[in-house]
Amino acid sequence: MFRLLNLELQKLLLNKTSKILIFVSFILPFFVILLSSFKINVFGFFTLELGELGIFNFPIIWHLTTFFSSQFKFFFAIVVVSMIGNEYSNKTIKQNLIDGLSKKEFILSKFYTIVFFSLVSTVLIFLISLCIGLYYSSYNEFSIIIKETEFIIAYFVKLVGFFSLCLFFGMLVKRSAFALAFLFILFIVEWIIFGLLAWKLDTDVAEKIQNFFPLKSMYKLIDQPFQRIAMTKFPDKANLAYDYGAHSYEILIVLAWTALFIFLSYRLLKKRDL
Amino acid sequence: MESILTINNLTKKFGQLTAVNNLSFTIKKGNVYGILGPNGSGKSTTLGIVLNVVNKTSGNFHWFDGNTTTHNALKKVGAIIERPNFYPYMSGYENLKLVCKIKGVNYSKIDEKLEIVGLLKRKHSKFKTFSLGMKQRLAIASALLNDPEILILDEPTNGLDPQGIHQIREIIKQIAAQGTTILLASHLLDEVEKVCSHVVVLRNGVKLYAGSVDEMISSHGFFELKCNNQSELITLLENHNAFGNIKVEGDLVTAFLTEPIKSDTFNKLLFEKGIILTHLVQRKESLEEQFLKLTDNLNKQNQ
Repeated sequence: MFRLLNLELQKLLLNKTSKILIFVSFILPFFVILLSSFKINVFGFFTLELGELGIFNFPIIWHLTTFFSSQFKFFFAIVVVSMIGNEYSNKTIKQNLIDGLSKKEFILSKFYTIVFFSLVSTVLIFLISLCIGLYYSSYNEFSIIIKETEFIIAYFVKLVGFFSLCLFFGMLVKRSAFALAFLFILFIVEWIIFGLLAWKLDTDVAEKIQNFFPLKSMYKLIDQPFQRIAMTKFPDKANLAYDYGAHSYEILIVLAWTALFIFLSYRLLKKRDL
Repeated sequence: MESILTINNLTKKFGQLTAVNNLSFTIKKGNVYGILGPNGSGKSTTLGIVLNVVNKTSGNFHWFDGNTTTHNALKKVGAIIERPNFYPYMSGYENLKLVCKIKGVNYSKIDEKLEIVGLLKRKHSKFKTFSLGMKQRLAIASALLNDPEILILDEPTNGLDPQGIHQIREIIKQIAAQGTTILLASHLLDEVEKVCSHVVVLRNGVKLYAGSVDEMISSHGFFELKCNNQSELITLLENHNAFGNIKVEGDLVTAFLTEPIKSDTFNKLLFEKGIILTHLVQRKESLEEQFLKLTDNLNKQNQ
């Protein structure tokens, strides 16, 4: 396993473009989160301190940081599709197989890399949230701190799921740009199907079905936190209430998609003549 | 003798097209094999199948004694097919390091093999800055990393300048001299004739011949004749038992032998019959002529 991971890391880290993109997708969000937690003096007119708004309180901070940094996953998605696209355009996939890598090992080395970077990102976000939280949060009881840490698990699953989808598209179309276009098309197709379902059936049922779609199910893992922040400000407004939790069945759906995408990528490669 | 690769009734179809048709042959240890055939005769496809990158339609093949999986067997094989494929942004050294990781070979081999192909000085240059000849030599170094039991080369001199071709051939000869089994696919017949001891001839995916080069060339040869009375000469040749095929090109008559006959005996015979030759050459066919004869025969059968 480490051999395969090591192999892929060498391919990625010696490439300048992917190095920059990895940096942007994983390190940048932490800097932004860190900076936003500082007291910023805007030209002496007023001080902006987001911490004062209570958004860095436990447990809401888990929700906020994971939601925010998962928006940066798109940069690593580019890395994922290009690591497949480059193998095809350089024909190195063929050479790798001839050199004695099996097709299964090839897919696994990509998958391990995805899991590795998702894990690194998850650990980083956990640590940084913990530090900022401990510094700002009004509640420091252990039971409150560990409350809603399922968002961390959801964050990990969300990254792995999304990148597996990118991996599959990369394998399917062999070219990075087209794979990204496919991602966008899938996004539109999901909404069109949702629209059709909502029109033929009713919106509630349509939404329930939509939650099983690949992109939507990944998005649903960590719902937007803004409404929730508003809820904490105006607790009496019941119409703002929504289900923002990261549920285990949601995690299961995404894991099922992940397994399917990896399996399909393998099938695709196995059937293909290079 | 220990066999390295055994192919049985291998067939590959791309839709309607049959690229490899019911092909069987065996590669024995220590020989240098050539796969000969015009472009599109199924050479690369056959190699692709045994190298795990093309899926076969039917038939089977196995490496060594048949007890190892193909991808494990490939760790004991060195192969380059078509053009050299490496990561352009990595240096020569880093590219070979990656191959070491795949094959499970010690990094100390890298310098040793770069030395053989004469790239040691350029090992830290990026692959994309290499010339085609250097790229091809790096590919050979990469294929040699694991001290392979068999080296497979598909058109190794394709697209190279004469100097590059010469360098690659020297390297191949050097490797063959060390007793490594080599399988060389090429449409360049003189290349195969120069380095190979055995040949497999393919055409349209069908095997025409498999055996040693010597046996393939070991026909009785032919006479090239010129004389002032051509029609009389041809009548005589047609009625003589020792001659099979007769070819006329301008004033040059080429007569193929079906049984051995010496040039002085033949000359004497003609003289007695009143035919005086202006030109007499007895020759053995080269691999090229033999190859064309083989492929020609098939053409006639098809018509």
